[in-house]
Amino acid sequence: MSAADRYLRSGQRAVGRVERAVGRAARPLRSYGFPYRSPNVPRGVEVPPEPAKLGAAYETEWARGPLARAARGMITEGPLRLLVAGIANPDITGLDRLSDLTRLDEPPPVIFAPNHHSHVDTALMIRSIPMCWRRELVVAAAADYFFDKQWKAALSALSLNAIPIDREVTTRRASDMFRDLVADGHSLLIYPEGGRSPDGWGQEFKGGAAYLSSRTGAPVVPVFIDGTGAIYGKGMKRPKPGRTKVIFGAPLQAGPDENTRRFNTRIEAAVTRLGDEAITDYWTASKRAADGSNPPLTGPEYNGWRRQWQLSERRKLGAAGLRRRQKRRWPDLG
Amino acid sequence: MPRPGFVLDVDRSTPPILFWRGENFSLERLPADRSRVIYPAEPMPGLHDVDGEIRDALLDPMDMEPLPALLDPDMKLTICFDDASLTLPKMRRPDNRQRIIEAVLDLAAAAGVDDIHLIAALGLHRRMHDYELRHVLGDRIFDAFHPRGMLYQHDAEDHDNLAVIGETDQGEVLEINKRVAESDLVVYANVNQVAMDGGWKSITTGVASYRCLSFHHNAHTLQNTRSLMDRHHSDLHKSVWRMGKVLQDHGPKIFTVETTINNDAFPSPFDFLSKREWEWSAKDRALYLATTKSLNRTPNRVARKIFHGIEAPYATTSVQAGFTPTVHERTLEHVHAQHLVPVEGQTDILTMGVPFISPYNPEGIMNPILVMCMGLGYMFNMYRGKPLVREGGVVIMTHPTYREFNPVHHPSYIDFFDEVLTDTTDPVVMGEKWEKKYAEDEWYRHLYRTGNAYHGVHPFYAWYWGAHGQQWAGRVIIVGGDPSTVRRMGFTPASTMDDAFEIASDVVGRSPTISHLHLPGVLVADVV
Repeated sequence: MSAADRYLRSGQRAVGRVERAVGRAARPLRSYGFPYRSPNVPRGVEVPPEPAKLGAAYETEWARGPLARAARGMITEGPLRLLVAGIANPDITGLDRLSDLTRLDEPPPVIFAPNHHSHVDTALMIRSIPMCWRRELVVAAAADYFFDKQWKAALSALSLNAIPIDREVTTRRASDMFRDLVADGHSLLIYPEGGRSPDGWGQEFKGGAAYLSSRTGAPVVPVFIDGTGAIYGKGMKRPKPGRTKVIFGAPLQAGPDENTRRFNTRIEAAVTRLGDEAITDYWTASKRAADGSNPPLTGPEYNGWRRQWQLSERRKLGAAGLRRRQKRRWPDLG
Repeated sequence: MPRPGFVLDVDRSTPPILFWRGENFSLERLPADRSRVIYPAEPMPGLHDVDGEIRDALLDPMDMEPLPALLDPDMKLTICFDDASLTLPKMRRPDNRQRIIEAVLDLAAAAGVDDIHLIAALGLHRRMHDYELRHVLGDRIFDAFHPRGMLYQHDAEDHDNLAVIGETDQGEVLEINKRVAESDLVVYANVNQVAMDGGWKSITTGVASYRCLSFHHNAHTLQNTRSLMDRHHSDLHKSVWRMGKVLQDHGPKIFTVETTINNDAFPSPFDFLSKREWEWSAKDRALYLATTKSLNRTPNRVARKIFHGIEAPYATTSVQAGFTPTVHERTLEHVHAQHLVPVEGQTDILTMGVPFISPYNPEGIMNPILVMCMGLGYMFNMYRGKPLVREGGVVIMTHPTYREFNPVHHPSYIDFFDEVLTDTTDPVVMGEKWEKKYAEDEWYRHLYRTGNAYHGVHPFYAWYWGAHGQQWAGRVIIVGGDPSTVRRMGFTPASTMDDAFEIASDVVGRSPTISHLHLPGVLVADVV
């Protein structure tokens, strides 16, 4: 018998000994059974699922307590500020449109409804929103993405004051919660598109912001964010620092005879107009808005490479394009 | 509910009263039992939804069709707006002019109007800097119209672009900007801070030529303007209204939008200035002390920068739109509701603290001529009925009156001070002898047209503005003013308020009655 075979055999014996020792140790537990072990489910019986504690059911009340607020204040003024300044370098305009509200002693809660291209959007919005609303801002975050794991849920709730919301439907429970939050003076940041843009163009607006505004009475502030898609769009592995533009529009309120669908269309049109303003100017965007010819945020109708081609053309005109423009370099003449 | 303005009779328990002294203030004790202080009303509440009110006013104007009905795609639309001389201090963003013009542009866009010009109605004032235009109109309008040459400033010396509309029955020629004259519709966006502003005056002076302005901007007219805040007893306004009639009959269609603002002129930490002295809290007193002590040690330039950086949190109290005279009458009601303070009888002395700003030095130096213009022009004219001081009485102003000029904004003021005031301080004489020379000087004309200088004739106009007060008062004393500068202007310098009363006693006796005009907060004394 060779030396190698001897080693192999002694190894096998060692493994056998460990196996027997584990078997002996587990024997009493096996013999005790339920309740030391999970019960067997009788045949023909259906066990109701346990109430979920994650996703849309995640409880975020704790994140609005004084300690969590203090911690969030430090995060917002520290790392978040550095992050936004470092990678997004925002140019914020249109805040004068909110001045009638901001100059009040107690500005009423509002619902901010920006377009959505990137995870950077939320940090950028938190830093761009005037201070009077920033402290009480609640961010509606996709329940299936930000609240699917305990650590992600806790981090989102603490750092962004996020609350879970279903992307597809605004449930009765969620709308009651938002109504209570608005009644408590919280403003809301909600992305009506429901999620980040998959291809760089916008998506159609879902009715969540319009519905919540009608339900709570809080006006909707349309916002256009330009440039974040090129910084850290969906599918990008790492962020590419660049320039961004955040344009706030005038607050909108549903008319007395306006249903949610129409109001939602109006919000989308307002954001579309701001999008046009970002790449042209106020007057061009106004004229196009009047005859309904603002370039749609959802991009051209056709698919394929031409859609992507046109996106690059649009980005050249927007904040993202500024990064590519080289500054004129003068020769050093000593 | 804001408290109305009122007259405080000074007694021994009355605390010292706040006086402006240019870029500083002081507290002065007024003689008991024969002095009174006229306090302005507290700021009236503002409109809740200013943009909504503007929209409603455009859609439901007074004595005119709704604005959308006046717009069509092939028309020439011109939007004129007041320059940086309004408001004082400058209004916190967004300025009402921006709000009005954005609302008008929204309707114009809906109507498909392409040919739009935006014109700053400067008259003979200096051209606004780009940052001032941005402040008044907002970035959106500036960025959209300025690069395309659709936003520009009126040039009263560009004779190729002036047009004569007609002549009044008194031979006054109305000559205005050609683009305005040839427009199908002119919208005028106004902020009315005082009763003098607005109405036909805005457009017939704002886009007029020197020739046109000289018919009412002269010593004779302004001596008979009693007062600037009372349109019906003002020769200036009568002349302007005659021109307005000519414009109405022979000129383009004018759609006027006027907005009124309240008295809330100073934000924190300067808000104590608007409070009544006996209501100053410990914090206000500490702020006053800290501010005055530090301003005493601050160079003029820095102090000016601080004060001119103030943005007033005015609230808008009303919006009216439509036919100019109808709109203006309604505007006056709102202005008077904020400003009028009933006062009984005149006194021997009128005291006033002259602040750091006048309509002619936004972002600039309050030079000696502007001190005269502000004190004897604007502040003296803050009355309706009869002046607060009796004829032949004494006007006492507090201001450092340093001999400093802004060479970019006020080049002709420097020569006016050295050349004209050494010759005469009589507005009639200087008008006859010197005005034409300054008005037609090529260098001043060049600076006005291409730089940021007031027109060469402007110091004369500033001086005429005080002509009524100068004629009315038996003596004018400036407390704290540079003696040689004050004397050059024909006034008497005094070191302290007590000295001023002592000097005044030569004219008004040993126990004169005194009125003090309390600023800030604008007031118009309704003297009966």
